[in-house]
Amino acid sequence: MTKSRDPSALPAGKEGIMERQFLKGNEAVAEAAILAGCRFFAGYPITPQNEIPEYMSRRMPAAGGVFLQGESETASVCMVYGAASVGTLAMTSSSGPGISLKAEGISTLAGACLPAVIVNVMRGGPGLGAIQAAQSDYLHATKALGHGGFRVIVLAPSTVQEAIDLTYKAFGLAVQYRNPVMVLMDGWIGSMMEPVTLPEAKEPVTFSYTGWGAKYFNPSGVGVNVVTSCLLEPEYQELLNIRAGEMYEEWKEKEVLAEEYLLEDAEYVIVAYGTAARAARTAIGELRGKGIRAGMIRPISLYPFPVEHLKRLDRSRVKFLLDTEMTLPVQMMDDIRLAVADAIPVHSCGRSGGVILTNEEIVEAVELAIAKEAR
Amino acid sequence: MEKIYERPKSLTDRGLAYCPGCLHGVATRLIAELLDEMDQRTNAVAVLAVGCGTLGMFHFNTDVVVSPHGRTPAVATGAKRAAPGKLVFSYQGDGDLAAIGMAEIMHAANRGENFTVIFINNSTYGMTGGQMAPTTLVGQKATTAPQGRNPAETGYPMKMCEILSQLEAPKYIARFALDCPANILKAKKGIRKAFGMQMAGKGFTFVELLSNCPTNWGMPALECMDWMRENTMKVFPLGVFRDGDE
Amino acid sequence: MEKKITVAGFGGQGVMVIGQMLGYASCKAGRNALFLPKYGPEQRGGTANCSVTISDGEIGAPVSRYVDTLIAMNQPSLEKFLGSVRPGGIILLNSSLCRWEGKRTDVRVAEIQADAIALEIGSPKVANIVVIGAYIQLSGALSEQEMLDAIEEKLGKRPELLEMNRKALRTGMERVTLKE
Repeated sequence: MTKSRDPSALPAGKEGIMERQFLKGNEAVAEAAILAGCRFFAGYPITPQNEIPEYMSRRMPAAGGVFLQGESETASVCMVYGAASVGTLAMTSSSGPGISLKAEGISTLAGACLPAVIVNVMRGGPGLGAIQAAQSDYLHATKALGHGGFRVIVLAPSTVQEAIDLTYKAFGLAVQYRNPVMVLMDGWIGSMMEPVTLPEAKEPVTFSYTGWGAKYFNPSGVGVNVVTSCLLEPEYQELLNIRAGEMYEEWKEKEVLAEEYLLEDAEYVIVAYGTAARAARTAIGELRGKGIRAGMIRPISLYPFPVEHLKRLDRSRVKFLLDTEMTLPVQMMDDIRLAVADAIPVHSCGRSGGVILTNEEIVEAVELAIAKEAR
Repeated sequence: MEKIYERPKSLTDRGLAYCPGCLHGVATRLIAELLDEMDQRTNAVAVLAVGCGTLGMFHFNTDVVVSPHGRTPAVATGAKRAAPGKLVFSYQGDGDLAAIGMAEIMHAANRGENFTVIFINNSTYGMTGGQMAPTTLVGQKATTAPQGRNPAETGYPMKMCEILSQLEAPKYIARFALDCPANILKAKKGIRKAFGMQMAGKGFTFVELLSNCPTNWGMPALECMDWMRENTMKVFPLGVFRDGDE
Repeated sequence: MEKKITVAGFGGQGVMVIGQMLGYASCKAGRNALFLPKYGPEQRGGTANCSVTISDGEIGAPVSRYVDTLIAMNQPSLEKFLGSVRPGGIILLNSSLCRWEGKRTDVRVAEIQADAIALEIGSPKVANIVVIGAYIQLSGALSEQEMLDAIEEKLGKRPELLEMNRKALRTGMERVTLKE
């Protein structure tokens, strides 16, 4: 830990020591944001992410930053847009129904090429859905987080430690690419407590917004900045869209994150992220105990999706893939099938609406799929 | 020879994109003159709403942020809180402020956010083609109210100065008209006062400017001025509703 | 070693504190731990339960179909989670508020009069600490000292408070009984 750090940064433990703490996912994410240099947070109450704004309301002022409870999710993300437009690293958080409302602001951030981090602590959907944990927003996050055809990097932690590490990383990616980044957690990661070690505190991050967005429009403006997602001239909008497309391709080269677990000899490969991947990890141990050679690919970046990890699976050995998610119908299926070009059968397994997915259910799903494939 | 009139430095060289006869041009110029006079050009952030006001991004020779529709006060809140030393003003039309952005304006005002709202009320949606606005007068025709606004179905014009005056936090609330030179000078004084109060850290300041829309009202610019005096200004009385300096 | 525990009771019985304290103590003692609270939508008066996993290795599934131990703070919780204990597992009852009706024969049943003991010690609030004492005695998951270190850090160092918690923990350890 650096000396400049405010002592109240440590919810437990002592200053100056990299010590293990027992932290709740939501609070750990909020602290990680502050350690990453975020100095502006605006949010709105919604279960199961309420500890994030609550924590920020205590910590952000102490860290010299701004906390605001907006009048809506819509307003909150627009406050983040306002802060980002003057060069402040900012974050907002919500859950499914609120993320829908934030879509407008996220699209605006992407259109205006501004960095920000959006945390989605997922619950069961659609609509208001269930307030219990689920993974119901994969498609929303990875395909169309708002109108207009933009993409964001989507990072999905499966432990509280990883939630800290990925949130910390998200701010760097947001500034590097001048684009919003989403941390996509499920409500379980948000509400569980686990031992963690916090990273080092960075100085508050500010960035120059000079030359961003549509400065093009202000040819006679001297030393001024025009931050806008409203471009009015089709040729210029097209140019920005083409550039964005090139950036998305660059992500596929540089920003894919995935874990390969016991793949060397695996005949049955589970594809799971977040909490579902934890249940899968336990299930794989149990399956291997029965002599069934199971393994896992765990996407950590959901966008860009780890296509190459799936492509390079040994198609002569791997008998099937099991898309395992805490949502029904499963949402990653199309991405998995495209990656393996249907050369490997893909089965699915999941629970939905906030119903808990257990390791036992995954074991049963693998055994059932083995029986099906044998037929 | 002394030069007594010139283009403000806070305006770009580009010719105005507003329709001929539209008072947006006057409002834009008043703000630009004040930014020059108050030496705030390089310190100002104009937060522009969606609507004809968005065209201000071609004209204000200052930092400009274009907001999603109606969220203008939320964007201005974020900008001002993150950069408290800047002179931040939102520039919003009546659709943006009094319809889709009603929650944002009420809450920014209620929090006493230290920025200035310039509210252009021309009782129509200009950019999208003359649809009915929350400020459209009873009986006034609009492309979505072809028989004229019928209060039995669509209610009455919303008077934002009066509504905001119910809140405790705002420090300055005033309505001016841009129909004639005398009123334009009063409006300029009002905006100067609002900007000054903001720079002194006083809190939320709100200036409504009654404007016109020759294109969608379907009348020549001069006729618009008469119409404003005979109709708009009777429904929306001019005056200072709150002056926290007094 | 990996132990999975469900703690269940009414809101207000300190169910979450039991779970969190087991987690804190395990973390402090250098083990891995996972605490997962489950609430209903009610702010007050509903039922509350949480899952705790204590492990020497990496913790996978936060929740499994079966747990090693159920700590039931009241009768409805006992009945709701009775089926979730693995064969050979332990059910620890707060016998001040629930009675064993012998609905399963493949589990071990232990009892602690948590509320009665808490009153005896002088504060109804320490019933949950009594239960923690009973659990560590039964499971051997944590030592008395490891538990006390966590209690001191998280629940307060005021001498009279600490003394009461120490007494509650010790009494819980001493008075827990396994049914034959």
